[in-house]
Amino acid sequence: MNKFSLVLSSTLLVAGFSHQALARDNISIVGSSTVYPFATVVAERFGKVTGFNTPKIEATGSGGGMKLFCNGIGVDTADITNSSRRMKYSEFESCEKNGVTHIVEVLIGYDGIAVANSLEAPQFNMTTQDLYKALAKSVPNPDGSDSLVENPYQTWDQINPELPAMKIEVMGPPPTSGTRDAFVELAMEGGCKTFDFISDMKKSDSNKFKEVCHTMREDGAYVEAGENDNLIVQKLDANPNALGIFGFSFLEQNSDKVQSSIVDGYEATFDSIADGDYSISRPLYFYAKAQHIGTIPGIAEYLKEFTSEGAWGEDGYLADKGMIPLDDELRAQTATDVAQLKALKLTAE
Amino acid sequence: MIDVNNSPGASGSEPSNDTSATRKNTTELVKATLARRYAAEKRFRFYGIFAIAASLLFLAVLLTSIFIKGLPAFTATKVQLEVTLDTELLGIDATANEDAIRAANYAAVIKKAMRERFPDATKRKQKKELDRLMSTGAEYDIARRVQENPNLLGQTVTLWLQADDELDALIKSGVDLTKPDAISTRMSDQQIAWANQFKETGEVKTGFNTAFFTNGDSREPEQAGIRAALTGSAFTLLVTFLLSFPIAVAAAIYLEEFAPQNRWTDIIEVNINNLAAVPSIVFGLLGLAVFINFMHLPRSAPIVGGLVLSLMTLPTIIIASRASLKAVPPSIREAATGLGASPQQVVWHHVLPLAMPGILTGTIIGLAQALGETAPLLMIGMVAFIVDIPTSITDASTVLPVQVFLWADSPERAFVERTSAAIIVLLGFLVAMNAVAVLLRKKFERRW
Repeated sequence: MNKFSLVLSSTLLVAGFSHQALARDNISIVGSSTVYPFATVVAERFGKVTGFNTPKIEATGSGGGMKLFCNGIGVDTADITNSSRRMKYSEFESCEKNGVTHIVEVLIGYDGIAVANSLEAPQFNMTTQDLYKALAKSVPNPDGSDSLVENPYQTWDQINPELPAMKIEVMGPPPTSGTRDAFVELAMEGGCKTFDFISDMKKSDSNKFKEVCHTMREDGAYVEAGENDNLIVQKLDANPNALGIFGFSFLEQNSDKVQSSIVDGYEATFDSIADGDYSISRPLYFYAKAQHIGTIPGIAEYLKEFTSEGAWGEDGYLADKGMIPLDDELRAQTATDVAQLKALKLTAE
Repeated sequence: MIDVNNSPGASGSEPSNDTSATRKNTTELVKATLARRYAAEKRFRFYGIFAIAASLLFLAVLLTSIFIKGLPAFTATKVQLEVTLDTELLGIDATANEDAIRAANYAAVIKKAMRERFPDATKRKQKKELDRLMSTGAEYDIARRVQENPNLLGQTVTLWLQADDELDALIKSGVDLTKPDAISTRMSDQQIAWANQFKETGEVKTGFNTAFFTNGDSREPEQAGIRAALTGSAFTLLVTFLLSFPIAVAAAIYLEEFAPQNRWTDIIEVNINNLAAVPSIVFGLLGLAVFINFMHLPRSAPIVGGLVLSLMTLPTIIIASRASLKAVPPSIREAATGLGASPQQVVWHHVLPLAMPGILTGTIIGLAQALGETAPLLMIGMVAFIVDIPTSITDASTVLPVQVFLWADSPERAFVERTSAAIIVLLGFLVAMNAVAVLLRKKFERRW
């Protein structure tokens, strides 16, 4: 038995090595875990209604996806990477250096980040400045001088008398999460910049600016509740005193349990995000390797499916999943660009 | 009780020449501490019983919660609908080829059928709500039927079609649909009223959820299935077993039976023990660097997963195998040698068969560990959305614990029950594996 399995396993190994010469017959997609729930819907449909294999999608995070994508050309590299931010120039450069020269950029829509609490509690009406004051590690001195102090606020009404007199308790994602990155960039930095002396810091000492605006408090008022947004929703349901930070699609799926807070005058709704009124929202992209079209079957068709009205349109199935579509004009423009496989050009800032 | 125990002690010390004072002293000392020692003994046993009871309780709570949450996923709701396969709506005619049939607009046909069933939905919003009662799986279902039998085109057929996950949850929860206010759901009162009509006329039924066992992953909970992950796990473990078992047993036999005792074998032994304690993610990084970046094996494939996991299970199996080889009495070896067997024959004919039960137990422990592993697979791309069922060890695939993780992370609420159901399947897989091990062990077990 022993000899037999040895022989078998060595054949297995040989079979594995020889496979590298064979072509891959499914699209390989990597990248952002925020785009993942939308890309998977498209991929699944694509696999069901066309004769192509269903693309394989990995959620590696935007940065990890870019790295895999820019690794080079060939069947053992990814064909498409999803991203919850635009490609950076440095990434574009590394792509070019590795021979990935023809990239098609597709802006697919927007995603909102909701600040929400249980339906049993009063709805919050606040500004990004309030959010910054509630959650940052160091905040401007409450006496009004241009200095920073360790966050002294314990209840919401200390920040803004109109907010309820409840203990500050916010559950959100840990630093490894893309949602956290976006929240910090949009809400925290947005609120932070409303103070002139901090905003001036951006030019004079950008590291210090980042530290002030991006560092969350660590005294227990902000609770890192893990990557799982479902868990945050469950905890909010059980604890009406707490607020939670999570993706818009989770808000939509749980509208019978939680409500969105009003931030800068707008609730996180489909329309307010689409119109750009709600401030904590971000664009979603994916990037495709045009050089792989013809080598890997189905890439052009996948692009077409993703940019069809039935998918990303206002009544498309992606909107049902919580993605906020682009406006009609931008959508039409992007679809034309994608159909022509317009190559992405980025220049150094 | 103390007296009874005390008397043999007293009589036992009689022949000695100790003075009565010391003797009395000792007896008293023993007497004084005896009650405490009995109590300590009792407490000690109680700790043991308590530990067992506590772990049983945890296990019971865990299993109950998983089963209570997971069992609904094994049934699915279907809706009876009279569908007219209007070629005009579908956008194809009788001469259409297979691709065109697959890509036809079945959604429109289903929407029309639903609107005919409930003519009261007139406003745009109502129509959208109505459409949301049916799963997109229903479209694929009709597409499959038409592909099998193109003569259906143009006909009106009555079909049992897959309901959407929310309708499914509503029907399965068994609540009173006439009182929509008391129901906590995202569905509107209107949708609940429609569901109630369906229910009253017997147009909904719940039955065994076959889709769960025949489909791959899906973003629609009602269509999501475990098959791709199950197949992926099976392929990965097959590769792991075929690689790690023979190599580990060969290594253990050499180290235990033939290797000289010197510094080198000591170093090897220490390193094997260390390797068993290395966090699994490290093996994933190694797999990424060696198997994918250097050897160019396909990403996300069970062959790479199996290679990485066999690296992880090797030390476990080697250690267990060595222990069970060591437990074979030396007399067996001596007797065999004495009868003229060569060292190789001693191992193959006598030692190995006797050690086999222990080796198999070690292997199963190692494989069970590998079955539950996700961290190293993250690095080699097996944490992925896989819809197509893998057919070979080089196809892109995922494994059961990864499927559990991915579903637990999905926004749709119906994935909660699927997550637990996937755990049940994973546990079932584990029990099946253990059963095989027990059977094999029974077959090989010898007493002496």
